[in-house]
Amino acid sequence: MLGLGSDLLWADMNRLLRLLFHEGVLDEQFLQLQQLQDETSPNFVSQVINMYFHESEKLLNNLRSLLIQAHDDDFADYNKMAIHLNQFIGSSSSIGAKRLTSLCLAFRAATHHTNRPGCLRALEMLEHEYCYLKNKLHELFHIEQQRALVAAARYPLHDNNQ
Amino acid sequence: MAPNENSATELTALVVDDDRQLRMIHQRMLNKVGVKNQAVENGKEAVQIHCSGQGFDLILMDKEMPLMNGIEATKELRSMGICSTIVGVSSHTKEKQIQEFMEAGLDDYLVKPLNLAKLRSILDKIM
Repeated sequence: MLGLGSDLLWADMNRLLRLLFHEGVLDEQFLQLQQLQDETSPNFVSQVINMYFHESEKLLNNLRSLLIQAHDDDFADYNKMAIHLNQFIGSSSSIGAKRLTSLCLAFRAATHHTNRPGCLRALEMLEHEYCYLKNKLHELFHIEQQRALVAAARYPLHDNNQ
Repeated sequence: MAPNENSATELTALVVDDDRQLRMIHQRMLNKVGVKNQAVENGKEAVQIHCSGQGFDLILMDKEMPLMNGIEATKELRSMGICSTIVGVSSHTKEKQIQEFMEAGLDDYLVKPLNLAKLRSILDKIM
């Protein structure tokens, strides 16, 4: 029964991954990350992804602050925005966050044109996509954790002489 | 043939990147292919580590970093006589930006994200 539970969870994991690939949320770079995980570094993927979440939230806050400041001062530091976006592109692409990377590239293009309305629209889309990605990856890790728990469970031993 | 994890090599590499996540991934990739490696956070530290007498077969150099960027660091290392293979790794794709980085003294340039196939193709050229 526990084996069946583990198989069902494995199927759930694969189904979610297939969906994320099909939607273009993730690309093969995510599989690269999984290939780097092994018994010597069993939590590598979750460590990298948690690091990514932590840094991404800071980047998004910085981008929002820079754009809000622009509204008040009628001046936006587009160069600084572009620097944050370069970092965001690098980190997002390295975990296979394909759709988010594309949105960052569009946002970066808007900064090069000093297009404030375009930047605002891009930021909203980026924040929305980030939330979606974070929720889906948390769901994936939750299933993985459940599967690990089921796999580690042991049947109680029965004494046939009793 | 590029090394794999089962055959540790004598090659050494230095990862130069201000992003902690990318340092972690790139170092893990190098470990996976059996290349001993270290990491620093910016170009200034890359220069300092060479000034201390250490040398590396391969340097993976990010472009935008605080204190000293990849272009400045590459120029400095070349002026010091460092002949290591220096590969620029960045998210920039515009020809002008890549050319500027290459002219600083790079041997090659890779667009992020780095993956094992790209890394192995670089190591093939060194070995």
